[in-house]
Amino acid sequence: MERNLMKGNEALAEAAIRAGCKCFFGYPITPQTEISAYLAKRFKQAGGVFLQAESEIAAINMVLGAASTGVRAMTSSSSPGISLKSEGISYIAGSDLPCVIINVQRGGPGLGGIQPSQADYWQATRALGHGDFHLLVYAPCSVQEMVDTVTKAFDMADKFRMPAMILADGLLGQMMEPVSFPEPKTDFPEKPWAANGHGNKREHNIINSLFLQPDVLEKSVKDRFERYEEIKANHAEAELYMTEDADIVLTAYGATARVAKSAVNMAREQGIKAGLIRPITLWPFPVKQINEGSKNAKSILCVEMSMGQMIDDVKLAINCSKPVEFFGRTGGVIPTPAEVLEEIKKYTNGGAK
Amino acid sequence: MAKITVNFEKCKGCALCTTACPKKIVEIQKEKRNRKGYFTAFCTDEGSCIGCAMCAMMCPDCAIIVEK
Amino acid sequence: MAVVFEKPKSLADVTLHYCPGCTHGIIHRLVCEVIDEMGIEGDTIGVCPVGCSVMAYDYFTCDMIEAAHGRAPAVATGVKRTNPDKYVFTYQGDGDLAAIGTAETVHAATRGENIVVIFVNNTTYGMTGGQMAPTTLPGQVTQTTPYGRDPKLMGYPVRVCEMLATLSGTALAQRVAVNSVPHIREAKKAIRKAFENQRDKKGFSIVEVLSTCPTNWGMSPVDALKRLEDEMIPYYPLGVFKDTNAFPEKEGE
Repeated sequence: MERNLMKGNEALAEAAIRAGCKCFFGYPITPQTEISAYLAKRFKQAGGVFLQAESEIAAINMVLGAASTGVRAMTSSSSPGISLKSEGISYIAGSDLPCVIINVQRGGPGLGGIQPSQADYWQATRALGHGDFHLLVYAPCSVQEMVDTVTKAFDMADKFRMPAMILADGLLGQMMEPVSFPEPKTDFPEKPWAANGHGNKREHNIINSLFLQPDVLEKSVKDRFERYEEIKANHAEAELYMTEDADIVLTAYGATARVAKSAVNMAREQGIKAGLIRPITLWPFPVKQINEGSKNAKSILCVEMSMGQMIDDVKLAINCSKPVEFFGRTGGVIPTPAEVLEEIKKYTNGGAK
Repeated sequence: MAKITVNFEKCKGCALCTTACPKKIVEIQKEKRNRKGYFTAFCTDEGSCIGCAMCAMMCPDCAIIVEK
Repeated sequence: MAVVFEKPKSLADVTLHYCPGCTHGIIHRLVCEVIDEMGIEGDTIGVCPVGCSVMAYDYFTCDMIEAAHGRAPAVATGVKRTNPDKYVFTYQGDGDLAAIGTAETVHAATRGENIVVIFVNNTTYGMTGGQMAPTTLPGQVTQTTPYGRDPKLMGYPVRVCEMLATLSGTALAQRVAVNSVPHIREAKKAIRKAFENQRDKKGFSIVEVLSTCPTNWGMSPVDALKRLEDEMIPYYPLGVFKDTNAFPEKEGE
């Protein structure tokens, strides 16, 4: 298969076209703007709609409109912009609409910085808007995996009629790696619920998240949570790396997992039995894989580009049955493998038997 | 020959129709309330209705059918 | 005898939830009459707002989408851009369109989005119980202007049609009213023109409809019609503020 050297953001954009995405609505923000720029150029040839919206708020509502008609729709932004989108994302979830949202995270809070960060974990997995709902959250760790995730995210979003987020970061968005792309997708699921004009052939479809009767609203939320249970049972993903005999298991996702993997390799060279669990889905969180990968470990070290957000989920996953330590850098600082190795040594007695 | 038929349950007795009738023959009756509790519109003089449909055009609830 | 006037087909056969005398029902009917006359129900997608007409999706029998407060023009943009051959309209109140959704409204207009916006101006927030709207008249008493709207403190009302008429993407900006049969006839013509503009790909069309809110104005429905005539129309003059093709051949594609 042909491989191209490509920037992460542009690869995401090209992958969206291959996945059958027919429209993109966005607003410029560093470090994800290449997605918009790429699609502005490519959709003209590939056949699709690119529109630069007046705001993130408008962009996500344009996605809502397009998704309502059954079209595969996408938007992307970076942390502060995702906050602006949160209202629309809640409506999309409440209206049972599929779409893909990319967050190329930068440091926060507030205007923060423009360097890579993972400080939106809580936002993505806990509180992307008001109300009881979840998004599918994918955390790829390479440009190739980002490409592969886009099609999966669209397919899962369609299957479960819910928004899916690809939680990347400035490092993954800006780095270049060789990638190959899948063939353009041609088979798409039917969407009999879509509001695309009934053509006098069916009852009118209504896309809506308003239910004034409490029992009706409760039922709609509970139905959604039943779907969530199926997703949690069958679609949580993680990569386990050298965990079988590990005394210490690192947990890290996205770009940080690459750093953690290097640290694990360095530790192994020094005789320290370290391993890595890399959650690929952050929601659903890979609880089973965390337990499986850490079953022989004495402790877990959670490494993040934040002050410690995923660590809560790791502790919950193992029910606090062993120590879960934390190492993180934030504000756009990327941890180095050497730093992580030092942390590993702290909790493994320096590898001494 | 023309006549109006007021949908008893849809009418909310707002009386906008009464302002529109050029013949001044649409009024709100004060005898019987519908299920929502409203007194409803009626034609006081069926023989005089010209079927202009102005009452129906003014009705916010599509409660009036006009025949001619 | 033959039926000469009845409910349009594309208006659902249900009792509307609006208060007695609220002219939302008239405006709904006019939109549906136009949809029926143009034979486009099967090709039309409506977007409702947050406000009194939030449940309009139950009344229009075309496909419907419920938008977040103020976001209807953005939602409609998403629909229309991906379904350019369908008819798309929004139905929005004054708080929705001219306060929280000002950005979405202005930018949909300036982009010349080929949609129809039905803008219902009744100078108040009806659904939440009668607070000051961006269109509340100077001196008007509302729940949040208990001493009357003082422009020095609360600013001036927004004249939406006049504002949008300045934008190149706007094809039609017309203000009408529904307080009398002649005005209702005029309103219907304007709505028809707006939908025809969309068919002819002329750009953004907005029809502002002066409407009543007897409940929150604290007056009878009949008195409310009079207030519309005596107080609203002088501040919000009826008429066509812009009527053009925003994308004439020589400048367009």
